[in-house]
Amino acid sequence: MTLDLSLLPDGGLQWLAPTGEHAAIVLSSRIRLARNLAGFAFPPRAREGERLRVLQAVRQAVPHLEGLRDGVLVRVDECTASERLLLHERHLVSRELAGLEVAPGAPTSLTAPTAGAVLVTGDVGLMVNEEDHLRLQVFRSGFDLEGALRHAEALDRGLGAAVPYAAHPEFGFLTSCPTNTGTGLRASVLIHLPGLVMTQEIGKVLQGLQHMGLTHRGLYGEGSEVLGNLFQISNQTTLGRSEGELVDQLARVVRRVIEREEEARRVLRREAGYIIEDKLWRAYGTLRHARSLSGEEAMQLLSGVRLAASLQLVTGLSVYTLNKLLIFSQTAHLMHAAGRALTESEASVARARYVRSVLAAEAKITD
Amino acid sequence: MLCDQCRERDAVVHLTQIVGQSVAQVHLCERCAAERGIETTVAEPKHPLGDFLQAVQHQASQLPGDLPRCAYCGTSLQEFRASGRLGCAHCYAAFDQSLRELLRRVHGATRHAGWRPTAAAAVPAGDPSTVDRASRIEVLREELARAVAAEAFESAAALRDQIRALE
Repeated sequence: MTLDLSLLPDGGLQWLAPTGEHAAIVLSSRIRLARNLAGFAFPPRAREGERLRVLQAVRQAVPHLEGLRDGVLVRVDECTASERLLLHERHLVSRELAGLEVAPGAPTSLTAPTAGAVLVTGDVGLMVNEEDHLRLQVFRSGFDLEGALRHAEALDRGLGAAVPYAAHPEFGFLTSCPTNTGTGLRASVLIHLPGLVMTQEIGKVLQGLQHMGLTHRGLYGEGSEVLGNLFQISNQTTLGRSEGELVDQLARVVRRVIEREEEARRVLRREAGYIIEDKLWRAYGTLRHARSLSGEEAMQLLSGVRLAASLQLVTGLSVYTLNKLLIFSQTAHLMHAAGRALTESEASVARARYVRSVLAAEAKITD
Repeated sequence: MLCDQCRERDAVVHLTQIVGQSVAQVHLCERCAAERGIETTVAEPKHPLGDFLQAVQHQASQLPGDLPRCAYCGTSLQEFRASGRLGCAHCYAAFDQSLRELLRRVHGATRHAGWRPTAAAAVPAGDPSTVDRASRIEVLREELARAVAAEAFESAAALRDQIRALE
């Protein structure tokens, strides 16, 4: 099956448009609900036939569901390895569902699990046969956890009425891994914290998160490295408190983190104005002119330029352009644009060329 | 210093190898070192279930005979311990005691306080009628084959009866 990206509404990347609150610091907010269908073993234990029947049940339900009926369903297990990586780079498909064991950027892969699929529509992605039968994800641009939760709740009610969920009178919604039992909720924000990293405050902040029952991860979730000063902050516990309480608590803490980041940026400008300015202009210069960029280097430099734009040191560069560069400069996206597999060095050259072309076309930089 | 093997990441493991008369220095990054089976002192991120699973293992090793096993999907407590994943909704009833302890440790609570599934959707714990019959038979057949191979005829007979009852 060839993945026709033009079929995906907005390519599943509606959140790239920086329409939300605090979009210069919080790139996106996400609500994920883990659900299993009653009557089937959980996907890791389920036989192929069962997994196919789960997918069939979802397929039959979706055309009748408000908010999901216009979705495009992609059979991930029928995609090529680079297509699966591409979906993963867009945050539509987890590493597990994509059958990728290694870090993003290296498209060596295992086989994707049978009957693994993702339904994409607008800012919603519904993974089927991942670790749980259903992983409903709602993305929002900027800082909008409440909005994402309201949308997720409406979709979840519709889905739950159509395909009965496995639940327990005391434990709530049942999930394959007991760390998700109860609400099955993972609320997270993707947040850019270069100020706290440069002022070396980040360690304290991350430690503080743990005390609040929150956790942090890299751009690509569990097990991924923190690159380009991008952190995902999310709730860790899912049982014993309501969805609203879990989201409220996360939102309160994120607001404090945003304040501390803003404070750190003010301190940096005051204490090290020209050093920071020089560093950030150099990052821009490298992105604008380099002939080869590794994925990691690009992430670091983009972080610098993102900071420069938010401090208005560099003007004429939109957050949308930066968000687009972040996703589309990744390996599988470059391969998709090139129409063939690329070696690592070819990808670095293609990445530099892509970044240059976007900056040339979209950045209206005045010195 | 770059890793001798991948030439990409910083070397953090510095190994002195003595082969016959010659001494060689090898510098490896954490990942390449792990690939070669060299243990590093760099701490692995802690698995949230690690402690609990170890406790279960400890507890299990003291138990004589068979470990609890989910009658519906066949997942044993030992398998759950190894993977951290439950096999089906009924595992929650089968491993109730251990799970309560785990949920309390992980979440600090065992009682769900959030949205309720729509009435039709709630599955009473431990009600076998809600489990897909065909897949249960499939699981039991596999169990039966294993029991026969292990010459555990008593449990094989019990499994055979269960399959008959379902059919």
